[in-house]
Amino acid sequence: MILNFPFIAVVAMVFIGLFAVLFKRNLIKMVIGISIIESGVNLFLITLGYREGGVAPIYTGLPAGTTYPEGMVMPVPQALTLTSIVIGVAVLALMLSLTMHIYRHYGTLDVRKIRRLKE
Amino acid sequence: MSEMSKIVRTVSNMLFPFIVLFGIYVIAHGHLTPGGGFQGGAVVASGCAMILVAYGSGWVFGKIKEKRLSAFESLGAVMFIGVALLGLAFSGVFFGNFLAGSNLLFGVTPAVGSTLADINTGGVLPLMNFAVGIKVIAGLFVIVLVMAYASSVKEWK
Amino acid sequence: MSFRNMVAVILLSLLAVFFIFSVLLIHPFGAPNQTQMDDHMIEHTQDETGTNNGVTSIVFDYRGFDTLGEATILFTAVAGVMMIFRRAKK
Repeated sequence: MILNFPFIAVVAMVFIGLFAVLFKRNLIKMVIGISIIESGVNLFLITLGYREGGVAPIYTGLPAGTTYPEGMVMPVPQALTLTSIVIGVAVLALMLSLTMHIYRHYGTLDVRKIRRLKE
Repeated sequence: MSEMSKIVRTVSNMLFPFIVLFGIYVIAHGHLTPGGGFQGGAVVASGCAMILVAYGSGWVFGKIKEKRLSAFESLGAVMFIGVALLGLAFSGVFFGNFLAGSNLLFGVTPAVGSTLADINTGGVLPLMNFAVGIKVIAGLFVIVLVMAYASSVKEWK
Repeated sequence: MSFRNMVAVILLSLLAVFFIFSVLLIHPFGAPNQTQMDDHMIEHTQDETGTNNGVTSIVFDYRGFDTLGEATILFTAVAGVMMIFRRAKK
């Protein structure tokens, strides 16, 4: 069981983020929880493609004596993680702008008081 | 936001050209070393955010209009799609690599195995790296600038 | 604790047990299973694409359509932020 340790770390990160979204009352803490869930998913994508004792899949300055498809790490999950990080940045920017707009309109950041439409 | 003290402004003046130079190096060598368009664009955008924090958002917003930065980002997107459509015109598939193997701009094929880094290789990839780098720099700088200026104005109506 | 909080804690612990069971059934860390597409991409990067970097050739040449979608997402985020903080002209 100790060999699958990065995957258990991913499960711990997702549950810390879920705890922050469900049980906290401040809006900024919920936004931070969503960002922690996205970081956990990015970590899961990268650790799916690791090969034991492998180097990066780049041919410039390879260490001498590495065989090609067996001695290199899988490159496809790294390409998918790049796209996922950019999507996380875009969603975080939109969430924070909406939070600033809500604070200017209601005067408070408590979720239990932002329930009715206010003129 | 108001500006910070004179020591902070002087040190960020001295550090800003080195950060921009390192970011452009990471963008331009994207087909040889780890890096590329998105990573180098994030480095330059964080350098611009350092200038924004040191000088105050009111002064920076008076010098750079947000409409011009948004047009700069659209220029990067148009260049990216233009290179992809040129691949459709010259080699029959969308995003086709029509410069690899020919003797035009970036067309040398590297030898198989561990080689030295030659910047003349790569085909159509360095042009796409520059287009995406311009787009990421302008996009991230506009987001940080608009949010910093909006939080300092009292009556936003 | 209120009734709503207790129901949420019970459901979250059930979900945690399910997650940990399914994590122990994935392949051991360091020995992945399906490698046919990755082997072809590592071997033929230098003849077909002409670069030395394997990850950049996948992002921009073999799977360039995903990068087009990602550029659209960046554009949508900037358009959304500028629309929220728009000022009425006097």
